[in-house]
Amino acid sequence: MSLVLDEEQRLLRDTAREFLAANAPVAALRKLRDERDALGYAPPLWRQMAELGWASIILPEEYGGLDFGFTGLGLVLEECGRTLAASPLFASAVVGASTVLLGGSDAQKSAMLPAIATGELTLALALEESHHHRPSHIATTVRPDGQDFILNGSKTFVLDGHSAGQLIVVARSSGDERSPEGLTLLLVDREATGVTCRRTVMADSRNAANLDFADVRVAADAVIGDAGQGWPILDAVLDRARIAIAAEMMGCALEAFERTVAHLKEREQFGAPIGSFQALQHRAAQMQAEFELCRSVLLQALSAVDETPEQLPVLASLAKAKLNELVKNVTNEAVQMHGGIGVTDELEIGFFLKRARVTMQIFGDTGFHKDRYATLCGY
Amino acid sequence: MQDLEQFRQEVRQWLEDNCPPSQRQPITPEEQYWGGRRGTFPSEDARLWFQRMRDKGWIAPEWPADYGGGGLSDRQGQVIKEEMKRIRARTPLYGIGLWMLGPALLEYGNEAQKRQHIPAIINGESRWAQGYSEPGAGSDLASLQCKAQDMGDYFLVNGSKIWTTAADKCDWIFCLVRTNSDVKKQEGISFLLIDMDSAGVSTTPIALISGESEFCQTFFDNVKVPRENLVGELNKGWSVAKALLVHERKLMAELGSDSPRKAVAPSAAARQYLEFVDGKISDAQLRSDLVEYDMQMHAIALTHFRGFEEKASGVRSAAPLVMKYLGTEAEKTRSELLLAIMGSRGLGWEGEEFTSEELDTLRLWAMSKAMTIAGGSSEIQLNVIAKSVLGLPQPAEK
Repeated sequence: MSLVLDEEQRLLRDTAREFLAANAPVAALRKLRDERDALGYAPPLWRQMAELGWASIILPEEYGGLDFGFTGLGLVLEECGRTLAASPLFASAVVGASTVLLGGSDAQKSAMLPAIATGELTLALALEESHHHRPSHIATTVRPDGQDFILNGSKTFVLDGHSAGQLIVVARSSGDERSPEGLTLLLVDREATGVTCRRTVMADSRNAANLDFADVRVAADAVIGDAGQGWPILDAVLDRARIAIAAEMMGCALEAFERTVAHLKEREQFGAPIGSFQALQHRAAQMQAEFELCRSVLLQALSAVDETPEQLPVLASLAKAKLNELVKNVTNEAVQMHGGIGVTDELEIGFFLKRARVTMQIFGDTGFHKDRYATLCGY
Repeated sequence: MQDLEQFRQEVRQWLEDNCPPSQRQPITPEEQYWGGRRGTFPSEDARLWFQRMRDKGWIAPEWPADYGGGGLSDRQGQVIKEEMKRIRARTPLYGIGLWMLGPALLEYGNEAQKRQHIPAIINGESRWAQGYSEPGAGSDLASLQCKAQDMGDYFLVNGSKIWTTAADKCDWIFCLVRTNSDVKKQEGISFLLIDMDSAGVSTTPIALISGESEFCQTFFDNVKVPRENLVGELNKGWSVAKALLVHERKLMAELGSDSPRKAVAPSAAARQYLEFVDGKISDAQLRSDLVEYDMQMHAIALTHFRGFEEKASGVRSAAPLVMKYLGTEAEKTRSELLLAIMGSRGLGWEGEEFTSEELDTLRLWAMSKAMTIAGGSSEIQLNVIAKSVLGLPQPAEK
């Protein structure tokens, strides 16, 4: 377990930073937003990202992956967070790929992972059914029908739900509406009969959708893992996803913070740089202290994915809760410390503020993860 | 890495063979050995344990073997610490000579000073006090006024130092003294080692809100200090002081993890004092406060570990600079949380109606208030972070 990056990892991070600064600056997201782009991301950029190997960082070599480890993926996601780069990287190459990797049959892996690695196939996890993350509260049903299954229900806040090629739907085969027992993971074609998709326009100008499933027929080989046994797979996938989104949040917070510190050094009032005022210095220093804690937590959580997966539940909740609070506080302070220009659309700080709020709700808000951490600690 | 693993096995075996079972129990303040001419061992086992560690060179594993240290690497030193912690081995010798002066002396002292003082510290022969703050110089430490007049082969010292921890039990005190009043305040300070038995030195304990009086005020009245006790160059004491402060802050940051009476973890106290319903603490506010504290401590522990890994790999980072602030603030949070969890049982000052743990909790709560003031207050720490890490412009000093 190392909390210090090695040479290869640093190289990957630096390459990612250079590439994204040149090809996916915040201005690119602004353009997608202003043009009300139907897809919500730029396919040429996604192709380039895949060519750099980013969609396959965590995949084994036998499926065309780089097998570079989760820490490497975290570094790339952090850089994506810095420029707010819109792409299917998180929904598909992290959440989707992890589901297939952890729960899929050999046939499913052979069929899907190489296509995920090249970026041709994109996935989206259709999980949430309410406006809060409650991963076992599933009312969507799946029932056998001959050789097939029939799916009925509704999903919300499905990241990349309107653009992904395939959906991974969490549905209930048995058990009561809140139980982790009896859940089934199914691959569903987004274009299948009975699937209705409505894109939701959200604060961060990124991609989410509401989906309805009305008597959607799914073949038996579309089940990931065993029917009714989906929870352990989902739980493990969600922890990886929480850690990965925490990495993106670190980039988002760090960029907003660095821009703010630069502003504190440049902006003059009362004949002095405002950064010389102690009221602002102390708040900036407190944020720096929190960054140090979050950095350690994030590195530990990322390396635990590959090295000590038994620690993942605790570390994932720690990382998500810590990064939630960091990104909230830092983006609020970024706006406040920029003063009037901080609330203008012209300044990019607002984009960080809005993306922060969306990421805070992805796979668990602070309350969810505090409760989970406490429960794991036995109180 | 292979060698380190083998070293760990050797350490484990040696500790197993040499650490008496009585020295693997949580330690009380009365059971600590602080050395010094007036120091006594609390028990025969404590003496044995100290002597074995001293002879092995593990009182100060990373210090040069020439001066009685172990001559080991930082990583090896860390392994010894970890293995001691694993079997809950007691710290055989306490003291700021070991924690603070020694490292600074190894860096800034001359050969004669190292020969005189380093082995004496390791052997527990000299106990040290720190003479930094003055009644008129707290956070603004560099404005200190305790004066050392250059008399050729000696300095004549007049003034006083405050918050001199346990000075009434110490043999020596290292002091920052004013040797030039006509220059920028940081440039007229020197670092002196003063024998507490010198004529003109006197010490008075200070009663604190915790009911204890471990801190003292020490007075210097025409005290003659030989010139060879000057550490570093004349008027260059500020750089020695800053180096030493780094060790002090690191120490204070670490205190939270292994100080003696830390047996009561808030989560353990919660099991004893709070109502649980369906396996959960029923008081939602306390449960929320507790989990926030536990998460913060988890993050702090990981950051200590990262700081160590970075040091061993030669990577510079800001982690060590924020740890004093975070560690001492967390210590205050811990104490407040324990009081809240214990309710009125946490408020006992003395007497038979409360357990000794309950009484300790309150005293520690009162003592924890000093943690964010001593060694550079939290506000000073934030100033340092703003300047050294963030590079923010300095306010004009009035």
